[in-house]
Amino acid sequence: MFGPLIVDPLKSKGDKTGSWRVQSRPHYLHKNCIACRMCLLACPEGCVHGKEKNTFWVDFNFCKGCGVCADICPKKDIEMVPEESIQEDK
Amino acid sequence: MKEFVEGSHAIAEIIRLCRPGVVSAYPITPQTHIVEDLAQMVSDGSLSSQFVNVESEHSAASVVLGASATGVRAYTATSSQGLFYMAEVVFNIAGMRLPVVMTCANRAISAPINIWNDQQDSISLRDAGWIQIYAEDNQEAVDFHLIAYRLAEDKRVMLPVMVCMDGFILTHGMETLDMPEQEKIDKFLPAYKPLYKLDTAHPITMGILADPDYYMEARYAIQATMKESVEYLSQISKEFNSVFGRDYKDLLVEEYKIEGADKVIVAMGSVCGTIKEEVDAQRAKGKKVGLLRIISFRPFPYARVYEALKDVAKVAVLDKSVSLGAYAPIAVEVKSAFCGKKKAPQVISSFVAGLGGRDITLESVQEVFRRLGAKEVNADFIDLKPELLKEEYGE
Amino acid sequence: MENNILFKPGHTACAGCGQAIAARLVIEASGANTIVVNNTGCLEVFSTKYPETAWGVPWIHSLFENSAAVASGVEAALKYLGTKDLTNVIAQGGDGSTADIGLQALSGMFERGHDILYVCYDNEAYMNTGVQRSGLTPFDTNTTTSPSGKQSSGNLRPKKPMPEIAVAHGIPYVATASAGFPQDLQRKVKKAISIKGPKYIQVHVPCPLGWRHETNQTTPIAKLAVDCGLYPLIEYESGVLINRKQITPKPVEEYLKSQGRFKHLLNNPEEIKKIQDIADNNIKKYNLKAEA
Repeated sequence: MFGPLIVDPLKSKGDKTGSWRVQSRPHYLHKNCIACRMCLLACPEGCVHGKEKNTFWVDFNFCKGCGVCADICPKKDIEMVPEESIQEDK
Repeated sequence: MKEFVEGSHAIAEIIRLCRPGVVSAYPITPQTHIVEDLAQMVSDGSLSSQFVNVESEHSAASVVLGASATGVRAYTATSSQGLFYMAEVVFNIAGMRLPVVMTCANRAISAPINIWNDQQDSISLRDAGWIQIYAEDNQEAVDFHLIAYRLAEDKRVMLPVMVCMDGFILTHGMETLDMPEQEKIDKFLPAYKPLYKLDTAHPITMGILADPDYYMEARYAIQATMKESVEYLSQISKEFNSVFGRDYKDLLVEEYKIEGADKVIVAMGSVCGTIKEEVDAQRAKGKKVGLLRIISFRPFPYARVYEALKDVAKVAVLDKSVSLGAYAPIAVEVKSAFCGKKKAPQVISSFVAGLGGRDITLESVQEVFRRLGAKEVNADFIDLKPELLKEEYGE
Repeated sequence: MENNILFKPGHTACAGCGQAIAARLVIEASGANTIVVNNTGCLEVFSTKYPETAWGVPWIHSLFENSAAVASGVEAALKYLGTKDLTNVIAQGGDGSTADIGLQALSGMFERGHDILYVCYDNEAYMNTGVQRSGLTPFDTNTTTSPSGKQSSGNLRPKKPMPEIAVAHGIPYVATASAGFPQDLQRKVKKAISIKGPKYIQVHVPCPLGWRHETNQTTPIAKLAVDCGLYPLIEYESGVLINRKQITPKPVEEYLKSQGRFKHLLNNPEEIKKIQDIADNNIKKYNLKAEA
């Protein structure tokens, strides 16, 4: 008998921390993106995805709305917008 | 093969024969001879283990934890303060269900500092989740290490095992003993096949955080396994006997001339040799005395103790440790074996002896029998020197 | 969930956590053939709360202060199994578990020469227990156990020089890095794992909660610490300083102003001067100033 002891990562879905967002969320403008990947590298959640220019997107199931990606974007191609102001974008 | 060897050397030899992958230890008297010998074996090439010379017992225990979690058989040995220094890790190893085997060369604890034998060290860690078995002589100490690995790595158990042997008395004592042969050991103790391990091919997360929704079950599981292990100890002992021809019965207790006895001493470890000698002498004089030796302290064999002592009139429990401010540790267990039961001894008295290496002689044992009267006593110290208690300080 | 993600979202770090940024960058740089041994601390708590785990690599946590020793056991076991050359071992923890309570185990790991990369996530206080002062808390920092008051301007002592302590062990690679410079951090991790023996990387990771700044300020503040000379990015190989990030030094006041933990200093030029001196000493010691 063992009880809670180990976790198989394949079985872990993670917590849906997107519910933590209360004020704002990042809006990727997809205008001036140079695919420098800084948004992806600096995201504390690891919930930014994308490869080519203007294809980067956020998994809002997990995004906590911290704003690090918007701040680090050298092209100011990410804006923080009020949480209520926008429909669920992919 | 019969050999006349020092206890520590014999332990090092049986550990070598158990083929551990990682050995890690920090020196502390009286454990040192064991790990020195193992280091020499690695240096000579007769042992292919990784020997990790650490900077503390805390790290020694952490190293064997890490090695065991990586799926490798691991060994460490310590004593006294060393055991206390690694205490945090000792609990952790059990909580993580890692089948580490450790020798505790039983020694007194500070203060005052004292390197000689008693059992306060391992007894203090009785709640750590380790199976604890206590050897009476060096043949047992050798055999118990072999049994310890087999038991720890049993898929139904997966708990660490501490083999306790009295410091100096056993570790530094010379004895003729039968060292098990490699071929038989490999049959009895096959290579360790872990149920779970750190492996890049199959990543798992070990050492998780369990909040109030999950923690209780993890602890309950250990308790349940401990309870079941009483049975597993007996099974493995039987198998050991069939391979090596030495019968440790159920590996829980040893009954020595208990039948028809009206006075029985309960004790644990090497002191039982002395008690047996006194029992023999008194039996020769027609006195009905006996000994119940506890082998497994964790899990504690309550049912076996009850069966063995239920018809005995007077029982004396001899502890080589104290629980300061409470009844002595073995005595507590023995008394609780009779709580709410139909039968019980008329008297269960408790005695403390041999702390800090004070010899427990035949006279000491006679004194225990003498004090075992109609009036129950608790944690009654044997061989105290009253003149040393006169020192007073302060106003 | 895809099984090639080494540090998955869905963990419970605070929004804007610098340690979460750095931990993911480290494991992604090291790759799937890595076993991680983690000290107790924020990272362990927010990434492995049963029944979830963020880790896609084999990962183990034992205690607060023993990751270096547990990793030593993992490494010894891999050597015994003959698979060490195929596997990176990373031991990691926060600044308290590294420089204070875990220093002895870490020193032992260095001295014994284990092939392990140790990563210290330095957020400059015991954040997991509520922002208490550690040996890596900077001078004059306001923490819950080094509060500023009439008799004190915060933490009494400067940071323990952990990189130098690591270098003094004669290990082959020591570096500092910052969550504000992700590529630099990943380059250093890749370099470290290419070198055999004990390696030490100390990563500066802002903590929005403990440092009291907005969650989006994590990387700019990390950069400011480097740019003012308070957190020099340096690299040692076999005891020799081989690399440092050159800066055009900004005044420390700009860095101090950005965080609530230094708020009490803002009208205290005398104390600010002391901190400027620390930065200036670093700039001189490591020759950080970029040539014009």
